[in-house]
Amino acid sequence: MAVTGAVLVLFLVGHMLGNLKIFLGADSFNHYADWLRTVGSPALPDRTLLTITEIALVLAVALHMWAAVSLARRAAKARPVKYAAKRKSQASGYATHTMRWGGVIIVLFVIWHLLDMTFGTVNPGGGDATPYDRMIAGFQPGRWWVGLFYLVAMVMVGLHLRHGLWSAFQSLGLTRRPRVRNALRVGAAVVSAVLVIGFVAAPVCIMIGVVK
Amino acid sequence: MNLTLKIWRQSGSSDKGRMVTYRVEDVSPDMSFLEMLDVLNERLILEGDDPVAFDHDCREGICGMCGMVINGVAHGEQRATTTCQLHMRHFEDGAVITIEPWRAAPFPVIKDLVVDRSSFDRIIQAGGFVSVPAGSAPDAHAMPVPKEDADAAFDAATCIGCGACVAACPNGSASLFTAAKITHLGLLPQGQPERDSRARAMVEQMDAEGFGGCTNTGECTAVCPKGIPFDTIAQMNADYLRSASS
Ligand code: HEM
Ligand code: SF4
Ligand code: FES
Repeated sequence: MAVTGAVLVLFLVGHMLGNLKIFLGADSFNHYADWLRTVGSPALPDRTLLTITEIALVLAVALHMWAAVSLARRAAKARPVKYAAKRKSQASGYATHTMRWGGVIIVLFVIWHLLDMTFGTVNPGGGDATPYDRMIAGFQPGRWWVGLFYLVAMVMVGLHLRHGLWSAFQSLGLTRRPRVRNALRVGAAVVSAVLVIGFVAAPVCIMIGVVK
Repeated sequence: MNLTLKIWRQSGSSDKGRMVTYRVEDVSPDMSFLEMLDVLNERLILEGDDPVAFDHDCREGICGMCGMVINGVAHGEQRATTTCQLHMRHFEDGAVITIEPWRAAPFPVIKDLVVDRSSFDRIIQAGGFVSVPAGSAPDAHAMPVPKEDADAAFDAATCIGCGACVAACPNGSASLFTAAKITHLGLLPQGQPERDSRARAMVEQMDAEGFGGCTNTGECTAVCPKGIPFDTIAQMNADYLRSASS
């Protein structure tokens, strides 16, 4: 869980930084998207980096989900008889309760997102538009519901990471002393918040017309 | 006070069990939760009924025998309190109180609210000991222990093995209990020889007993009557990883 999660977090950081290039204009963004496909060229064939990333991501997502499903199955086996009274949560932590369903929402989002930005299937610009035009077309004010879905999904990602990052530190045994634990807890929250803000910046600015 | 109790009744391990509703009247707010159940049981005995079975011993919060899930919370909503130390003044007159046993496959119900916690004993047997002759209490300055370690070991050592952590965990994990023992012994000089093998053996036994996996929800610490810190689970994970990589 922690290892596959770490791969996904690293991808998200790179992806978020890449998205911010939209603020540098169409040429810069398209050039970056092109570079992703041709990096290492001519020594390496086109799409080397992309293909490696894609394989790593598919593996990471699959193993991450497998780990989540096995944990849930173990939990169900460990408590065959349920409580009659609703078990009242005593620990504070909204993010913790959203991990399983939040994860499902994120997967649905990723599917939509690939159809939208990568294949252009559900994008008004279509698959032939440049990456920049696809992004602008995708988040037009008239398509506010797409933007809203992105926003909601990103908040889910933020919650997921907030508990996920902290949980990974705990599973790796890094949170043994109160001072380190508190620092890592704050760190997990800050990284999650920065990622969410970085991701929603582009869609929001396109929707309100700051980026055209 | 007058109360309505909904209590889990199960005559034995082969019985399916059910919730049964009882009324108890004239409960004093100064009674403990167990004394309130004693009042009910005395009446049941007089009426020729089977009294409600529940575990208890010291009734002063130190033995770890008592424990029941009260209104969906292990040991009730009062923080850092065992069921025997929970007082009726925390409930309102006329309240409806649901009382259930710990629910976990490795804690099978023996009768009513009594569960079999031998799985905890087997986790201890797997590694919760030191092999050096510890003898009587040594002189305080004979074996220096850093203050930070001494404090953390002491905090972990207060675990009374009640099982509330398992009962409260949405995954039915025994991580807090196991981690408390591993931390308590592993931070002190006497516990060093078996430190790695202990962590591995106890974690493997915990998994073999059928407890669930920890997802760091923190529900265990929140209900633990001794406030065993969540950090002990990180200590257990660190020792386990160290033993796995050596
Ligand atoms: C509002 C936030 C986001 C925006 C604006 C955004 C935008 C984009 C764009 C424009 C592309 C296509 C890049 C190209 O064609 O070169 C893309 C690809 C992708 N995005 Fe996002 N993205 C966001 C959030 C996310 C999140 C949270 C995830 C994962 C949880 C994600 C996963 C992916 C994946 C897997 C690809 C495909 C990578 C590939 O084809 O190699 N995105 N995104
Ligand atoms: S860790 Fe706390 S809740 Fe768990 S057995 Fe020990 S004292 Fe009871
Ligand atoms: S009866 Fe001993 S702790 Fe409650």
